[in-house]
Parts: sequence; C-alpha cells; structure tokens
Amino acid sequence: MMDPRAWKRFRANKGATVGAVLVLFVTLVAILGPFLAPHDPTEQFRDTLINDDGTLARPFELAGHLLGSDSTGRDELSRLLHGGAISMLVAYFATALTILIGVVVGVTSGYFGGIVDTLWMRFVDLLLSLPFLLLAIAFKSVISEATLFHLILLLAALSWTRLARVTRAKVMQVRQLEYIQAARALGMTHTRILMKHVLPNVTGPIIVLGTTLVARMIIFESALSFLGLGVDPPQASWGSMLHEGQQLMVDSPHLMLLPATMIVVTVFGFNLLGEGLRDAFDPKD
Amino acid sequence: MSAQPLLEIENLQTYFHTDEGTTKAVDDVSFGLKAGRTLGLVGESGSGKSVTSLSVMQLLPEFVSSIEGQSKISFLGKDLVRLPRDEMRALRGNDVAMIFQEPGTALNPVYRVGEQVAEAIRLHHGASKQEALDRTIALFEEVGIPDPSRRIMSYPHEMSGGQKQRVMIAMALSCDPKLLIADEPTTALDVTIQKQILDLLAKLQLERNMGVLFITHDLGVIAEIADEVAVMFRGKLLEYGPVEEIFANPKHGYTRGLLACRPRLEMDWRRLPTVSDFVEVETDDEGTVTISERDEKIAQDDPRYTRGRGRLLHPIAELKELETVHDASKLDELCGDDVHFAEGEPLLEVKGLKVWFPIKKGILRRTVDHVKAVDGISFNVYEGQTLGLVGESGCGKTTTGRAMIRLQEKTEGTVRFRGKDVHELAGDDLKAFRRDVQIIFQDPYGSLNPRMSVGAALREAMEIHGIGSGLEDRNKRAAKLLEEVGLLPEHLTRYPHEFSGGQRQRIGIARALAVEPKLIICDESVSALDVSVQAQVLNLLKDLQEQRGLTYVFISHDLSVVKFISDMMVVMNAGKIMEQGPSDAVYASPKEEYTQRLISAIPDGGLELVKERVAARKKARAEASS
Repeated sequence: MMDPRAWKRFRANKGATVGAVLVLFVTLVAILGPFLAPHDPTEQFRDTLINDDGTLARPFELAGHLLGSDSTGRDELSRLLHGGAISMLVAYFATALTILIGVVVGVTSGYFGGIVDTLWMRFVDLLLSLPFLLLAIAFKSVISEATLFHLILLLAALSWTRLARVTRAKVMQVRQLEYIQAARALGMTHTRILMKHVLPNVTGPIIVLGTTLVARMIIFESALSFLGLGVDPPQASWGSMLHEGQQLMVDSPHLMLLPATMIVVTVFGFNLLGEGLRDAFDPKD
Repeated sequence: MSAQPLLEIENLQTYFHTDEGTTKAVDDVSFGLKAGRTLGLVGESGSGKSVTSLSVMQLLPEFVSSIEGQSKISFLGKDLVRLPRDEMRALRGNDVAMIFQEPGTALNPVYRVGEQVAEAIRLHHGASKQEALDRTIALFEEVGIPDPSRRIMSYPHEMSGGQKQRVMIAMALSCDPKLLIADEPTTALDVTIQKQILDLLAKLQLERNMGVLFITHDLGVIAEIADEVAVMFRGKLLEYGPVEEIFANPKHGYTRGLLACRPRLEMDWRRLPTVSDFVEVETDDEGTVTISERDEKIAQDDPRYTRGRGRLLHPIAELKELETVHDASKLDELCGDDVHFAEGEPLLEVKGLKVWFPIKKGILRRTVDHVKAVDGISFNVYEGQTLGLVGESGCGKTTTGRAMIRLQEKTEGTVRFRGKDVHELAGDDLKAFRRDVQIIFQDPYGSLNPRMSVGAALREAMEIHGIGSGLEDRNKRAAKLLEEVGLLPEHLTRYPHEFSGGQRQRIGIARALAVEPKLIICDESVSALDVSVQAQVLNLLKDLQEQRGLTYVFISHDLSVVKFISDMMVVMNAGKIMEQGPSDAVYASPKEEYTQRLISAIPDGGLELVKERVAARKKARAEASS
C-alpha cells in the first residue's frame, strides 16, 4: 500500500533512520522490560539500598542493583523497565484510540460536509475551548478508582480533536479530486468510496501525525503523573518516576535524570521518525 | 532599426542531474533575438522551452542542474552564464523582466496591486513614494487597465485573470526592460482575453522597441505574435526561422506534424494527423534522443483525414425550431454533404435546467442571493451524436455536465435520460443510469486514484455493475479495454504515476468504457494535453464512437476542438444558451455577436493571416522608426 517512492525517500533520510532505531529500541524495552527486570519493582530493599545515614544507593555502586535505589529503597533499574512498559503501553493505546476517533470524525465530517460537518466541528471547538488541566482534574475527581484504562481514555479524549481537524482538511481536499467524482459517477456507495478511495489517500498525514502523537502522549502522561493524576503508586511509569525524583533532586539527581533521559530519547525518536515519514509521504512540504 | 542582436544563445546545453541519471533538458540550442522583435519559442511539455528561459534568467534550480561548458548566452554583450551573481541580480527586473502563466499566484493577495507595482519601481529606481505611485498609474494606463487611479487600490482578488495579467505586465515594464520573457502568459486565460493580451504585448513592444521571448505550446498563438520562431522538441532545436517561413514551408517533420495536428476552424477533417505520423523518436539507454523524420506529406483532401463518419444532426423539424438553420436546403452548403438526421426520441433531454448556488451572509447564514451558474437551459442529445458544449470559464458548462449525470443537484428543470427524470431515479434505476452514463475528466493527474493499479481501477468499475465473472475474466476484459484505448495489457499492474498525461487520459477513457456506457460526458477531456497528444485522444474518441455507437457530450472552452468533434454545438455564456445548432452552421454563420467574438478571438494559425500580420507589423515598424 505504501508508495514505493515514499519508501525510497524514507530510506535515504538519515534522521528518519535514527528515529526508527530509537523507536524500535524503546518499544523493545517496553515489551521485554518486565521480563528483563532483575527484581520486583515494588519490593523494598531497605537494608541494602538505603545507607545508615539515610542516603540512597547510587547507580553503579552495588552489584545486583545496577542503577541504585529509588526514594524508598526499591530497585531503580527494575522500576525503570516496568515503568517504560506502562508509559509505552499508555502512549500506544492512547494514540490508537485517538486515531480511531479522530479519523472517524474527520472523514465523516470532511466527506459528507453540511450539517454533519457543522455539528462535529462545533463540538471540536467546544472541546478545544476547555482548559486541558481543568478537564483532567475534573476527570480524576469523578473517577476515584482510576485505572490505566481510564488514563488512556482521558488522553485520547484530550487529543483526538487535532487529528480530526487534520484528517477533515485532507479529506476535503481529496473529496473534490476527479477520481472521487469518477467513483460517484460509477455508482459506488459512500462506504466503498470512503474505504477504497478516500482513506488510502489520507493515510500519509495520519501516520505522520500519529507518530508525533505517541511522543506527545508520553509527555502528557508524564505531565499528568507529575500532577499526581497519572498512574497510581506503587505502580511506576516514567512520568511518575520523574515526579518522585524531583523531590530528591539535590541529593540523588539520578532519580530524576534517568526517567527524564528515557522520555527525551523516546520523544526525540518519535519526532525524528514522524518528520522522516512526513518528508517521505509529502516531499513538497 | 538596429540589427544588433539583443540576446544571443549559442550551443546552450542545460542538464539536470537526478538519481536516475542525467537528463539533457536543453541540448545544443542556438538562436538570437533582436531588439523590437518577438521570438516565439514553441514546444510541448518536456521540450526544454521553459528551461531555456530559466537558463537565460540564471534561475535554474541549484545543485541539480548545470549549464555545460560550451554554452554561451550573451545579452547586451555580457555573458550571462559567467556573470557574477550580484550583477545578474541587478540585471533581472531591470534589463530583463519576466511574466508567467498564472497571474493569480504571482501577485501577493494581501497587498493592493498598485502598491506591489510601486514597490518594484521604488526598489529599482529609488523613486519617492509619490513618484512611484504616479508612475504606476501611468503604467496601468499604458497596459489598458480602465480607471487606473482607482484600480491601483484594488486587491488581486478583486480583479479578473486578464486584468491581473495586465498588472503583471505593468510590473514587468516598470523598469523599462530591454528584454521581456513571457512564459505561456495567455495559456490560463479565455480566448477573448488572450486576444486582448496578445494585442497589448504587440503594441507595447512596438512602442518600446523591446525584445520579447514568447514561450508557448500553441502554434496558433505563435502565428498571432511572433516575428521569428524556434521549434523545440525533447531539448533539441529543430527549426528556427521567420514566422511566415515556418508556416508556409515548415522544414522539419515535427513542425509539419505540429501544424497539421491542430484542429483548425476552417478545415473539414474527420480525423487528425498526429505528430507520430511525421517523426519517430528513439531514446537509448544513456538518454540520448534520436529524432528521425518520416516522409509524410498531407494534402488538404487526403482521404485518411477527410473520410469518416459524417455529421449526425437533430431531426429537421427540431433544427428549424432552433432557428440556426432556417432553410433546410442550405444544410448541405453549411455542413458538407455527408449529413444524417437523427430519428425518434432524444437519448438525453435537458429542459429548463437551473442550478443556482446560494450566497449566504451573516451569523444566521441567511441566503441573500444566488450565483446562477446554470440559468434555464434546454437542449437535446440524440443517440450516436456528439453534442459540443462550448463557452468561456464560468459560463456554467461544467455545472451543466455535472447536473446532467447527477453529480450536482439541480435547482429547477428536468434532465431526462431515455424519458426518465435523472434526478428522480432511485435504487436499481439509478444504478442502471450510473452504468449507462459515464464521465471523463480534464485533469489526467487527478482523475485516477494514485493508490490503485490500473487493473484494480478497471476491475472495480466492472465489479460494481456485475460485469464479467471473477478476477480472471475481468482481467481479460480489462486487458482488452487497454488495447482498445491504445495501451498494452502489461500496463494492468502499473500505477498511475508511471504514465504520461496522455496515457492517463486513455486509462480514464478505459475506466469509463469498462461499464459499457451509452453516453459519455467529456469534461474538458483534452484541454490539459499537448496538441499532439490531444489529436491522438480526439481520434481515439472518434474511433470508439464509431465502433461502439457511443453518444458524447463534449464540454470544452476551445471552439476549434468542439467544432472538430461535435455534430451539434451549444454555445453558453453566463449560465444561458446563446445559440445552438449544427456545429458547422454555427461556425459558418454565427447568429449571436457573442459567438462571433468567440470565433474571431481564436488564434487560428492560417498562413494568409500570418502573412497579413507580418506585413502589417513591418509597416508599423517602419512608421515607428521614421
């Protein structure tokens, strides 16, 4: 389905290749991490990891605890690996849900136009006019027992509008092309035209935006965790670890630097990949 | 007059370097241009004509292109190829100015047109604001913009295409250039406006003694404007000489082919010669192009082109009602002798058709007025006929075509196909209608889904209407269709981007044919094609009509093409029908002034007209210099 010329352009782009490698790396960490982790991420090793004077074990100090201790004597490496799995799981699923909602809204809105379009777009305007943080806090207060599923739902609810708008714009552009008119003149049903002629021709921008969305989701999740709205302790995600590490920043900077590095690498990788895909799909821009 | 050449190009070689190898975009081209003369550089897409002009301007894309060692471009004694960049920049817009095809995109939409011209003047002359503005008004006057002191305050969107092109010309003239490069400046304009712009350019050139390098694909336009002509093809210069020489006695086979393949108004041909009758082109592995001529001469009465299906007109009674032909005995005289008359009921009947688009204003989106795109038109199409729908841009011809096949809802009136109201059809009747009536579009790049192979596109059309059984049978049918439109069965697995514009148009035709329609709407189907390709596609349409008994509604802005292909012609303007009748009769004795204007504005390229114009120019030039 991918245009062979686009693939060639993608291969020739060094940044995109670096991005793809980084993305592959963090995705593998997320999938394999829990199995590779040497300890249970919630098990406390107060005797070995917290010194008598109350300071924490630093990275590379102790064999068996490669990255030292977290703030309460848990194995930092294990938490980082488990946290990565959760962060990436949340990011990937939230992105998939965002794309699903965004594409359905964008395609119907752009293709049918008229009243369908007006209703969807006013709804989008409404959502966009509400402050993100307020929504998140309201959401948390309504659902007391928040699970990962709720977090994914919240992230998708906050992000699909942008994707819907981009998809709509692209669909409106494709809709007036003559091959869509020709399809109508051949007597095709709307479903068929949408699935076979419109969708395949708007996938480019959706894939590109979707890639950068994964990066945004990781940042979003970190931000929510940072505010205590993300995953519930004792579970770890990179975002919540960043939040915890921030309190002990002066004495044990590694608690903040390690998850921060992972987030930066992931976001950087996805952004590079997204840009590479954009150049490959749409060399004119 | 000075015989000193203004611009001299010697052995110009401009190459493009891509991953796929080196393309010789311009290959050893030499010509000269004197002050006060117009050189028409004519060629089809890919001929290298625009690359030649960009080489002169030194505006070629960097890194991927190069002007090779032997090349020389001298302008006023300076060698432009080796001129330092800053000197070249000073030259551009001072001694050399350029105008382009799309006046709409060349003007900045957020500034008033007067400001934009004045800015150019201030930039080059350091004039004060008031001086620049005064000069702008004078220039607007010179290029024939009415009420210039008010029009300088207009924004680009408030002006028509022709007026915008006049503004571009004013801007080009603002620094008194010695050389004006005009790259297809009239291609995007209606014929009547094209005529005005050509007249304007000829007048300005005489008054200012400018050299004009006029680039176009249209030999008809060349006949109207050029003193000398250079014919380019595949990067090579094939012929170069005075315009009357080229038209009277074209030496190269390609030029002869190019002249012959244009449908000309006064000719009564049934088929068109194509360039491939005259030349053979071979490209070897290294990209070297060899052009060999064929020994081909065409006489006016050559049976290959004069024989064929005659005209199929409406029944006599109806012709009389149309009032184009009062006297049936005159039909032979007007339409030639090979005339037939349709019988029975019309296949398609348009009656009082109106398509209005509401103009909405305010928060409540109340409808304050309507754009009357189609405003009460009626005509019939009989089975096996070709009906031409002709008019300038915005006349409503495309909207009419779309309303006829219900791609566009009507406001009022009826469209009947085989007696049934098209806009009332539902269910199986609608599906049957969708099979019987097909449309072929203008844009060969937009009319095919880029993600679908040719085979998949053809099979899909058959699948929807249950034609053929299973993949294998449909593939067989698709292969046959491709052969019918002049392509190869192995093209089935290829994707649209692998084809040229003309080939894509053939694929579009094959897709329409896949459902075995009775009526095909051709909406500007040949307008985006090179003339040589246009001739091939027109011949193909005629062949298919004879073989399959097709009925066409042929929509075009080009009256000469419509006259060539259509039995009956409908002339539209501002949503209304100006006149309709047999194509030959409408051309031979147009009833309405509008039609007359349309016909006389067509750049015809007849030899007598060229000679007349050249003689008139010589006289005018002599008067101007004395």
